[in-house]
Amino acid sequence: MPYKIVASQCTSCSACEAECPNTAIAEKAGIFVIDPAKCTECIGHYDSPQCAAVCPVDNTCVVDPALPRHSALT
Amino acid sequence: MQQSEELSGGIDAGSQPLDELMQKIADHKGCGSSGGGGKSSCGSSAGQGDLAPEIWEKVKNHPCYSEEAHHHYARMHVAVAPACNIQCNYCNRKYDCANESRPGVVSEKLTPEQAAKKVLAVASTIPQMTVLGIAGPGDPLANPEKTFKTFQLISETAPDIKLCLSTNGLALPDHVDTIKAFNVDHVTITINMVDPDIGAEIYPWVFFNHKRYTGRDAAKILTERQLQGLEMLTERGILCKVNSVMIPGVNDAHLVEVNKAVKSRGAFLHNIMPLISAPEHGTVFGLNGQRGPTAQELKALQDSCEGEMNMMRHCRQCRADAVGLLGEDRSAEFTTEKIMTMDVKYDSETRKAYQQKVEQERQATVAAKNLELATLAGERSDIKILIAVATKGGGRINEHFGHAKEFQVYEVGTDGAKFVGHRRVDLYCQGGYGEEDSIETIIRALNDCTAVFVAKIGHCPKDSLAEAGIEPVDRYALEYIEQSAISYYKEYLDRVRDGEVTHVARGDADIRQGAFISA
Repeated sequence: MPYKIVASQCTSCSACEAECPNTAIAEKAGIFVIDPAKCTECIGHYDSPQCAAVCPVDNTCVVDPALPRHSALT
Repeated sequence: MQQSEELSGGIDAGSQPLDELMQKIADHKGCGSSGGGGKSSCGSSAGQGDLAPEIWEKVKNHPCYSEEAHHHYARMHVAVAPACNIQCNYCNRKYDCANESRPGVVSEKLTPEQAAKKVLAVASTIPQMTVLGIAGPGDPLANPEKTFKTFQLISETAPDIKLCLSTNGLALPDHVDTIKAFNVDHVTITINMVDPDIGAEIYPWVFFNHKRYTGRDAAKILTERQLQGLEMLTERGILCKVNSVMIPGVNDAHLVEVNKAVKSRGAFLHNIMPLISAPEHGTVFGLNGQRGPTAQELKALQDSCEGEMNMMRHCRQCRADAVGLLGEDRSAEFTTEKIMTMDVKYDSETRKAYQQKVEQERQATVAAKNLELATLAGERSDIKILIAVATKGGGRINEHFGHAKEFQVYEVGTDGAKFVGHRRVDLYCQGGYGEEDSIETIIRALNDCTAVFVAKIGHCPKDSLAEAGIEPVDRYALEYIEQSAISYYKEYLDRVRDGEVTHVARGDADIRQGAFISA
């Protein structure tokens, strides 16, 4: 549930979209957004969240503190 | 004034490393010739040179591979590949400015369908457009679906257009067979190092097998994948060019090793480019003050590697969406909005007819050069001079001094005339801080040249150039470049012999770093 993209820093390069194992990332009107209902923080798939690992701008794919962490973490 | 002091200070500060570099280069040359595998002579970059006939056949109309072709043929890049799988310290993906010309920068991203339409629109408008490249703005092979879909659409509608792509090489081994299947016969790999310790200073991270690697580990993976990809391409008969960014103090001397490594793996052309780095680009190198090489440092490195293999010197480091002849960018004429309203008719007959005309003109250029060269036979002199040329293309001196956004530089000696580089002189966009005096900028860019050939020139710049020791020459207006250069050189030798002029070695020159402002 918990990753989000900081829209003001996103370059819309689309790299995260292809890497997401949950197809939780999509482009909406030129901006990429993560569907919090689909995001699993890549738990069970990979060692680290793929969107954050491939993102060219630091601190742009980040944990959304407004949402509870993924259930596997709690 | 302060600007010029800073600049000359930069050049002085660079002379010590230059000496060291020259020493390493000298060592390298000796090593290359004793190995016996070196190139026989400095192949005339203007023609077939030392290229095997089958390679020449493939590259002769490719502006990015053949120095001669770039006068006559145009290329375009379509920006369908925004994602990247590595981070380079000379790249900042956030930056996008229509006035900016450097790799990694575009104004709008295209879908494969939009890209295909754009290619047809451009090819119908510019018959000399023979090459379509995908170069980013990210890495084409980090966007394999978009890249190959674009190639598929274009090969269906415009099969005469050559396809090429430019990659950082990380994903290359996974896609070599697809590249072959799409008949892409030109691939460029950017290889800046073969030593992971040096790579760690250039690449902060790579994303590979679902994991971000940093430091030496990242560079080790990258170099292994690059060299593996290069070997796989050459095994399959796909022509491979290697681009390297020359970063003084980081990989400048090391590029000699890179040159050997890529040559031994079958790369047919090596393009060493100067680092583009300014604080306003927001790159790591721009912000930490990493300087780019001077014109002479770049030339010295290129000259040394030329003993080993063909060097490319006409690269304009263009944008990932550039359109037109090298050195010009007509992308603004072909925005998505404009092409979607264009009625595009792809007429391969007109294109063929135009290209035949170009072929005749090209042969005439070579014939004129050879004729002039014959008159130099028997002349022996150690004197070599650089001549800057204002040209709009077609291999002729056909640009007004004041309109030139760049000059092409030829080195002339008793062996003939050879293209050795180009110098940008467009006005410098300094992020709103105004423009420096353009004639001073031009003189700094051409400071190592003995003469400048133009179609026409006004009185004021003529005087300024003469004062700076650069002879402005307009008597070869509209003539062939190389023929004129040899003719001027002969007269120059006579004038030196008669004591009319004293031959002095010229100083160093600047490589422009700022934004390219195209018309």
